Amino acid sequence: MGGFIARRLLQGLVLLVLVATVVFFLGRLTGNPVDLMLPEDATGEDRARLIRALGLDGSLLRQYLTFIGSALQGDLGTSLRMRQPAVDVFLSRLPNTLAIIPWALLLAMLVGIPLGVVAALNRGRFLDRAAGTIAVLGIATPSFWLGIVLIFFFSVELGWLPSGRMGGPAHYVLPVITLSSFLTAGFMRLTRSSMLEVLESEYVKLARIKGLSESVVIWKHCLRNALIPVLTLWGVFVGNLITGAIVTETVFAWPGVGRLTYEAVIYRDFPLLQAVIILKAILILCINLVVDILYAYVDPRIRLT
Amino acid sequence: MPWLSALVILTMLCMAVFAPLLAPHSPIDQTLRDKLLPPFWFEDGSSKYLLGTDAFGRDILSRLIYGARVSLIVAALALTVGGGVGLLIGIVAGYMGGIVESILMRLVDAAFTFPAILFALLLAVTMGQGLGTLVIAISLLLWASFARIIRGEVLALKQRDFVALAKVRGCSELRIMLTHILPNVLNTFMVLVTLNIGVVIIAEAALSFLGAGIPPPTPTWGLMVSEGRGRIAEAWWVSLIPGLAITALVLSVNLFGDWLRDRLDPRLRQL
Repeated sequence: MGGFIARRLLQGLVLLVLVATVVFFLGRLTGNPVDLMLPEDATGEDRARLIRALGLDGSLLRQYLTFIGSALQGDLGTSLRMRQPAVDVFLSRLPNTLAIIPWALLLAMLVGIPLGVVAALNRGRFLDRAAGTIAVLGIATPSFWLGIVLIFFFSVELGWLPSGRMGGPAHYVLPVITLSSFLTAGFMRLTRSSMLEVLESEYVKLARIKGLSESVVIWKHCLRNALIPVLTLWGVFVGNLITGAIVTETVFAWPGVGRLTYEAVIYRDFPLLQAVIILKAILILCINLVVDILYAYVDPRIRLT
Repeated sequence: MPWLSALVILTMLCMAVFAPLLAPHSPIDQTLRDKLLPPFWFEDGSSKYLLGTDAFGRDILSRLIYGARVSLIVAALALTVGGGVGLLIGIVAGYMGGIVESILMRLVDAAFTFPAILFALLLAVTMGQGLGTLVIAISLLLWASFARIIRGEVLALKQRDFVALAKVRGCSELRIMLTHILPNVLNTFMVLVTLNIGVVIIAEAALSFLGAGIPPPTPTWGLMVSEGRGRIAEAWWVSLIPGLAITALVLSVNLFGDWLRDRLDPRLRQL
């Protein structure tokens, strides 16, 4: 187990260095990154001063090492617009995003998994097609548009729910639905196909021969096993949620890291965007690591791969 | 069912190709005195602007028609570039094996872990918005899934007799990959392309919505949704109609893709 964790940790670290390297060189792609960092009315003197201050007068390799060095010390530059260390800005917004992600994941599972089971049990019949249609629609509807449609019906027309910003529980409803829509379809499809496979297996046939009731067979024997491949994708799902939050938080003016990413793009705040990407990479890698370790713990076969 | 999807796709294709002939108005010229007019079926709507106008008095229908162009051009280019790179990497990794394969497949794993949309946003800021940036950004989103599936196919093909025969006859590795492996994975490649059109269209719309797509005033569906969202209470059509177009096209393309896959390559069903 220790070897497994060490190996995964090392892989994560390599990936992180890869991300940081790509981010660094993309910043240099269009010449001097100073041009991306200065406001439009900056003078030539400002430019020269900033170049010196950031050590950008050295060789590219030297700059790269400086960048990695200060990143390791937790310094990812300063946001142009907010004039604060980018890491601090990110960390101050992170709790707001983490406040909706678990709800979206929960909602997607609560809707998607039972729908998938029902679809698999009624394979080819009406309920299967109905669930399939919902999934296909969920995948085809862009979430930014879904969010606006929900605002139009539930905030503007009916006046039932607030259209944005953070607040009491009612403020969570529309953003959580929007964020979970894509994932719900994913959970449904995966559960269905995994369930269909399990329903054909020997141990399910045996359970039936033993005379166990159909509901015990389905919900205990089948679903438990069918969920293993679904849950191994948790890491990917959380990654999806973190990027999905960019659009959802933008639509609902939700002050989390997704909205922060959008602001960094809109205001061309390059140092902030660079920091956001690296910090999100760290977040995604940590979640993946935790999920991997949990699985290796639950299912010993995974440790070997 | 494929007929309805095909009809929608064909309509959108015609819109894209014949945009200048079909559009009743210029998609860019502003007529401020006609701003925020509702679609024609409303009382104060006008038959001059069938789907209404936006905050600058631009005709929604004309912008929608021209917007189809952007969506389809970006989809075609990104699928060629991203899909092509994935195809190449998949063939090389699957056929060569060994260290080349491990390095390439590690890169594929890395691409799966890390969301490409973040790099796409970074590219828009560093390289500037534009068609080239957008195509590269969306290609980043595609190549890994193509590479992974094509490699799987190649691994199976490699064991076949005709490859062994080609080796015995002294064909070079490059020649085997190009003339024996490539033609045999093209079917899978085409299925992957159709299955990914929807992904690309949504990605393009999302990037435009986030201000990282083709820059205004060129009309794109994602940008139209974004422009209208501040006025949803007084003029819902500005934002909701283009979104409906995105959903209709993606839905049709996905359903058509599923149908095509079942006909050409049912083994890919689990994807």
